[in-house]
Amino acid sequence: MPVLGGVERLASRPAGPRRDALRRLSRNRLAVVGAVVVVVLLVIAAVGPALAPWPYFVQDLDAIRANGNRPLAPLSAEHVLGTDSLGRDLFSRLLDGAQISVSVALVVQLVVLVIGVPIGAAAGWFGGRIDNYLMRFTDVIYAFPDLLFIILLSVVLRDTFLGKAMSGMLLIYLAIGLTAWVTMARLVRGQVLSLKESEFVEAARATGVSDFRIVVRHILPNSIGPVIVAVTLGIPSAILAEATLSFIGIGIEAPRASWGSLINEGSRWIRSEPHLVVFPALALAIALTSFTFLGDGLRDALDPKLRGRQ
Amino acid sequence: MTGYLIRRVLWIVPVLFAVSLITFLLMHSVPGGPWDREKPLPASVVQRLNAEYGLDDPLPVQYVRWAGALLTGDLGPSYRFRDRSVNDIVADGIGTTAQLGVMAFLLAVLLGIPLGMIAALRQNGLPDYAATLISIVGIATPSFVLSILLVVVFSVTLRLLPTHGWDGPSAWVLPTVALAGYPIAQIARYTRASMLEVTRKDYVRTAYSKGLRERAVVTVHMTRNALIPVVTILGPLLAYLVTGSFIVELIFSVPGIGRFYVDGIEERDYGLIMAMTMLYAVIIAVLNLVVDLLYAYIDPQIRYS
Repeated sequence: MPVLGGVERLASRPAGPRRDALRRLSRNRLAVVGAVVVVVLLVIAAVGPALAPWPYFVQDLDAIRANGNRPLAPLSAEHVLGTDSLGRDLFSRLLDGAQISVSVALVVQLVVLVIGVPIGAAAGWFGGRIDNYLMRFTDVIYAFPDLLFIILLSVVLRDTFLGKAMSGMLLIYLAIGLTAWVTMARLVRGQVLSLKESEFVEAARATGVSDFRIVVRHILPNSIGPVIVAVTLGIPSAILAEATLSFIGIGIEAPRASWGSLINEGSRWIRSEPHLVVFPALALAIALTSFTFLGDGLRDALDPKLRGRQ
Repeated sequence: MTGYLIRRVLWIVPVLFAVSLITFLLMHSVPGGPWDREKPLPASVVQRLNAEYGLDDPLPVQYVRWAGALLTGDLGPSYRFRDRSVNDIVADGIGTTAQLGVMAFLLAVLLGIPLGMIAALRQNGLPDYAATLISIVGIATPSFVLSILLVVVFSVTLRLLPTHGWDGPSAWVLPTVALAGYPIAQIARYTRASMLEVTRKDYVRTAYSKGLRERAVVTVHMTRNALIPVVTILGPLLAYLVTGSFIVELIFSVPGIGRFYVDGIEERDYGLIMAMTMLYAVIIAVLNLVVDLLYAYIDPQIRYS
């Protein structure tokens, strides 16, 4: 059916607007800086721990001895950022923290997409009673105080299989993701509702395309912009939630080095060794701002209200 | 409008019921309980405590008993602080937590909105860069980092303000600023973006072309319209202030209810966990409702029905 092919190509590949968006994004200085830093962070998270000068969990006894048996070795060629209170290389631990933060960022958003998109799409597409039930369910999840719920999940499930897997990271991914998908479901529902009556959906339906295919091949690709923006802006919240949990000692298990737990450990020596807090705090700050700038830039670039301006 | 309000208020009830049921089941779904200690208590003692507190009853019975007590305003016993009821604990701390939250909220609004407006009116000027810098710092510095930095600078180095406690205004400053940092940044960001949007509107150009002074255009024509999108983020920010204050309370030893938040969960203090969850859920639900109503009040184009 040539007609169907034409409809699908139009629906799934609107090349023009996307190129426009990319151009607007590249003109936004903060967003470009954010994007570059995000790419650097992703690379560090992927290969950093392999290139780290020390394994993140190894105590350098020689450095402790050379330091008059005190474990907090100062900055040196061996340990560019010094060592922590157990004689472990701070720089290598920061790299491990990068891997934790980036993996939380990505996996939580994956959980959000896997739960939020189908629920939102089903609610918007079917409407009526299904919409009602699904949205009431999201209301309930939305009513939970998120941080309390995340802490409750992490503590209650800590001693189960879920809590023990991957130094507790699996549980963190799930706990944060299970509270964060609601916004995505509402967003996708709104998108589906507004596109449901559009002409290309009408055309696809007229040619006998199944419901599932219409939603997956025609409606969702057209809502990709707002979804990308929501995913990008959800990342700093997830990173912050993990760092907060680890700061209060609930998140990732030792000896892994979340930036949150590094800040907590370092705060005990803040008067004499402020760099133990400053470097992990800087790393966290860089991650939070770069994703926020990129997300803001994407939103401005993809916002149809601003199209044609500038 | 009245119908909408009634429906919204009534809807809070089943939502809170669902929240309490999920929390209850989650708490009881895994082994362990409030009597777990490093050194296990003798089985007979645990048995006696369970019988005393009704923890050996079937779960549905326990839930119904808890919910029934709640309806009469009784939050039940605390399993950890056995000489105090949860009502006592909440009554002791809620005023302090509320005070901290309200002060941080006022600081965020009174600083964030002017900051965003000045940045927009002097776009790309020095005030704009200063406001942008403050926003970046606010987003990049979580409250626990900000708390540590504030203590190091103002308590340890300058010796101006106390490191912890809640005795009088000088002790209030650092916790309030630490909690308000992120909301200040968010409000300033949204206000700036929204003011810039409004600046390009036809009615603003018309106002200028009538020969009105900038002050008149800004106060009469721009501000109210520019603040509409800002109101939409107040809901999430208030929720952040409510649930986020516990970490600031922990760091500064503020005697609010937030510090029981983590302890209660760690200790499997069922009564305290249920009370905290419900309390925070009620506060967030009410604040969201208030923000929605405020939104309708400030933007005449919105009509709830």
